[in-house]
Amino acid sequence: MSGPAHGQLAIGFLPLVDACLPILAHAHGFAEEEGLDLRLVRDVSWATVLDRLLYGHSDAAHLIAPLAIATTLGRGRPAQPLSVPFVLGLNGNAITLRNDLADEAWPGEGLGDPRAVGAALAAVSARRVLRFGVVHRYSSHNYMLRYWLAACGVPRDRFETVTVPPPFCADALESGEVDGICVGEPWNSVAVERGAGRIVLATAQIWRRGVEKVLAMREGVLEERRPAFEALIRALCKAGRHFIDPANWDANAALLARPEYLDGNPHLIHRAISDRLLLAQGQEPVHYPDFMFQYREAANFPWVSQAAWLYTQMVRWEGGGFDAGEAARAARVFRPDIYRSALRGTGEPLPGASSKVEGSLAGLTQVGTQQGAMTLEENRFFDGRAFDPADPEGYLAGLP
Amino acid sequence: MRIAIVDASASRAEVIREGLAALADCQIFVVSERKGLVARIGEIAPDIVLMDLGNPSRDVLEEYFAVSRVLARPIAMFVDESDDEAIAASVDAGVSAYVVDGLAPHRIRPLLDLAVRRFNAFARLQADLAEAQGKLAERECIDKAKRILMDSRGLGEPQAYAELRKTAMNQNKRIAEIAEAVVTAHQLMGGMG
Repeated sequence: MSGPAHGQLAIGFLPLVDACLPILAHAHGFAEEEGLDLRLVRDVSWATVLDRLLYGHSDAAHLIAPLAIATTLGRGRPAQPLSVPFVLGLNGNAITLRNDLADEAWPGEGLGDPRAVGAALAAVSARRVLRFGVVHRYSSHNYMLRYWLAACGVPRDRFETVTVPPPFCADALESGEVDGICVGEPWNSVAVERGAGRIVLATAQIWRRGVEKVLAMREGVLEERRPAFEALIRALCKAGRHFIDPANWDANAALLARPEYLDGNPHLIHRAISDRLLLAQGQEPVHYPDFMFQYREAANFPWVSQAAWLYTQMVRWEGGGFDAGEAARAARVFRPDIYRSALRGTGEPLPGASSKVEGSLAGLTQVGTQQGAMTLEENRFFDGRAFDPADPEGYLAGLP
Repeated sequence: MRIAIVDASASRAEVIREGLAALADCQIFVVSERKGLVARIGEIAPDIVLMDLGNPSRDVLEEYFAVSRVLARPIAMFVDESDDEAIAASVDAGVSAYVVDGLAPHRIRPLLDLAVRRFNAFARLQADLAEAQGKLAERECIDKAKRILMDSRGLGEPQAYAELRKTAMNQNKRIAEIAEAVVTAHQLMGGMG
């Protein structure tokens, strides 16, 4: 008997809720249906997920989007071009502050108002430098947090971000090592359950449709095994459809919680996948729609404008200036052409454009497609700025 | 040369340290504690940092190396592409290395080779141990299944074992797998396991 048509793909991941799609594609047999054998490789640091990808221990990886771009541009190590044909999800992160700071910044009920919380932190930052834990320098967490603080008038020399691995976020809050953390689930909930802090904001409140984890692979490997990766994209889409169906939440939470996947608490995972957050100890969870955004509105489509936005933030916070050549290489990391090629002929909607003005949609907007019909909902940055990928330098010049 | 070994497993760190102690002209520091890691590395001011790939603090250390202006900053081993083979071997063995820029390659290679050998040796030890533990667990499961058959069907011990073996042969499975199925079924039927 021969094996699956497309052979095996090894996929590296970190035990986070947003590693759900490759896990479900494997566990529910969606990959098998597409003629693929998936092998999941679990690690505990992004550095190791990346090393395994670059040295061929894995064929693809669940990766923080900015790290795929940094690797392609050769930040911190020799440049190795990566490709992203599929976005594994939008948002799904939250900001948790130490209790005393949370009480000062958002004494109110529910999730905070981004402007009000930011203004309060700006006032605190006049007295002392604020310190935040993020999962990695090249993470959306870092960029979203910094975007928000800067837009709220916290001067850039009055806050700093340090890297804290997700499993140690609650510790770091408890010990006072940091004032706040910006991390994915279930780690905010773990901190709250332990009484180490209070969730004040979801990153979806900063950018309603912010790009988060991606599926990344080496550019050369994508070319070599293109049919296998296209089969993977179809399997991941099926997993996405399964993931957002409330009928499957119980079973999927239990599955993701298993030791070989997230090795976590199924109740906390269930909360995250049903867009509910326990903001503080002893309260009832609140529902925040699209906390973690999957599948709908072609959420997994790799918009080139998302990569372009991430590059502007890299320039913004690292200095070194905008470089048109680098910007072009960063933009090429996202591969909508592969996404379309994989899903042509399926029922999935395929956007006609590859780039859009990010953060410009105030309400429902019908968009042109090559296949299927698609309506995008509101997609704004909390401060009302929009990113036009045609003018990244103008955008950078206008940021605080 | 100052070498820092960062490893949450004190026993593995010791195996590596012992191995490297053979090198002349080396001072070796072992860091097993996660808390205060960055400050400790700052004090040691190592020329080389060895860290296992399974350490969650790798991102923390890389961040420190990237932004630190305090020491001559160690950079990922991966910067030196000329030695790709050695790097691939270290990733295979599960060890990452960070080397202070400018350290002569002829000093790095023997050290890295040695570290890789020690890591592999430790991994083999662990695999042996896991296998031994697995066999023990299988043994216990088979004993349990035998007792279930003896109690429920009034068999003697040799017959109970023969029954398990016969079923395993018929189904082309291992005896341990059949025993596990018997125990699970017994639990499902409300037995005490």
